[in-house]
Amino acid sequence: MCGIVGLFCKTETHRHELGRLTEVMLAEMGDRGPDSAGFAVYDAGVPGHTRITVLAEGREVDWGPVAAALEGTLGAEVTVAAVHDHAVFSTDGDGRIARQWIIDNVAGATVLAQGNKIEMFKAVGYPDLVAERYDLASRTGTHALAHTRMATESAVTTNGSHPFSTGSDTCLVHNGSLSNHNRLRRQLEDQGESFQTENDSEVAAGYLAWRMRSGDSISEALEGALGDLDGFYTFAIGVADGFAILRDPIACKPAVVAETDDWVAMSSEYRAIARLPGALDAEVWEPEPARIYTWSLAA
Amino acid sequence: MSMSGRIFDLAEVSGRELNQALHDAAGGESFEVVNPRGAHAVACGITADIDVVVRGSVGYYCAGMHQQGRVRVEGNASTGLAENIMSGEVYITGNATMSAGATGCGGLLVVGGNSGARCGISMKGVDIVVGGNVGHMSAFMAQAGNLVVCGDAAADLGDSIYEAQIFVRGDVESLGADCVEKEMRREHLDTVSRLLGAAGPIARGVFAEDFRRYGSARRFYNFTIDDVDALAAEARAERWNASSGGVYGAEAVAEAQRERRAELAEFLDDEQ
Repeated sequence: MCGIVGLFCKTETHRHELGRLTEVMLAEMGDRGPDSAGFAVYDAGVPGHTRITVLAEGREVDWGPVAAALEGTLGAEVTVAAVHDHAVFSTDGDGRIARQWIIDNVAGATVLAQGNKIEMFKAVGYPDLVAERYDLASRTGTHALAHTRMATESAVTTNGSHPFSTGSDTCLVHNGSLSNHNRLRRQLEDQGESFQTENDSEVAAGYLAWRMRSGDSISEALEGALGDLDGFYTFAIGVADGFAILRDPIACKPAVVAETDDWVAMSSEYRAIARLPGALDAEVWEPEPARIYTWSLAA
Repeated sequence: MSMSGRIFDLAEVSGRELNQALHDAAGGESFEVVNPRGAHAVACGITADIDVVVRGSVGYYCAGMHQQGRVRVEGNASTGLAENIMSGEVYITGNATMSAGATGCGGLLVVGGNSGARCGISMKGVDIVVGGNVGHMSAFMAQAGNLVVCGDAAADLGDSIYEAQIFVRGDVESLGADCVEKEMRREHLDTVSRLLGAAGPIARGVFAEDFRRYGSARRFYNFTIDDVDALAAEARAERWNASSGGVYGAEAVAEAQRERRAELAEFLDDEQ
């Protein structure tokens, strides 16, 4: 069992309180996943800039020299801000190169996310505490995904916590378990994807990243996922300008969606949605099995 | 159902406090529950003849293990609504998600809107009326009772069904293994009419004549009829052998098989 939540602000109305509302939703799902938690927040970003969120669990890393060395590699300015055991790098250089350089050169570091709009934080511990430590409540933006984990597929570690992201501004939270992830991981590695954990859900994130890097829209990538991913899943997916949901054809992992003029919210359980402003008047439904739902800021 | 009675605000008191009060209640009492906010196990385990109205949407296992009383939910319900209901009535105005009425042994469950996947899974005698559609694998392994669907049914309806009856007014995407359409006879029209009447306003303008009936082809009752035949014949031949002092042979087996086939034919005639 795990708990997943997603909140997508269609209008400006709640963007200033995106983090606070996401924290309310996450807290309601604490019982479903008390092992660990994580969240990803998408904001407007700075045009041309990439942010890279890095985790160095249980290590004291002096990030200044890392940033300086990365500047040398990218030939572009790099700034860094530490947030507990996470650091957020910002650069106008090539984000994909920066991501790979950090994976290859910073011992014990995991790159959680990379992109123009995304930042991501995760940790082992009760979800309330994780949200508080990384100050989810004060964050603003357009959409956010969060996850509470009760581990089944791999160990209770920060690296096993969701969300997962391998591609630029693409991330995924997953309730369920995949059965063909080892073979798929090898196939994706042959296609140039790099993975940092043994987790099945990271493979799903890598699969979507690979499809989208090959030119697919999020809908096309998810259409492919229905054929290529074997197992149980309810996914909530974030991309730079959108939000998506997919459940496997058996659909035994729960999901509920609510939509108003201002927001779309998705969760494992309705109680996470019930506390949102306007929830009583929202249209509420259960996403159908094997059907792709997407929302876009551009629309 | 207009109600007064004791009010429980789930923003103020816990679900356990509510349920304990419902368990302690004497027949004839009324309760109103406000601010359920998707809480789990609301009004679970009622055994007395009481009335409960829940104003808002509930989480998992609402009115589970229900007996005798009446629970009305003005909103939606999540997984396992009225799971294992024994008697009494559970009515929701909105939609239910997965496994509504699962394993229910008796009573009536009415879902005003749609019901999700596996509605009535393994039902054992409950009557379920759904105003809208049901999701895939509804009435999976259903053993007894009636599932009445005023809308459409998604894929694999009635997979591996035993003796429950399914009535669908709209389209059936596909039937599950061993589920077949059957003739709608007088007694089936009566059953549907009675249940539509019991369902109240959601079934207004819906008529029994518009439903089709689905049920078990009974091909899965045993490994196959032939296997059963063989086993039954052997067992009987063995008994004869024991009682007659050693006539066990081909003739005895053939005789036992003839008798068993006649019995099966009679059974299928009766039940089809």
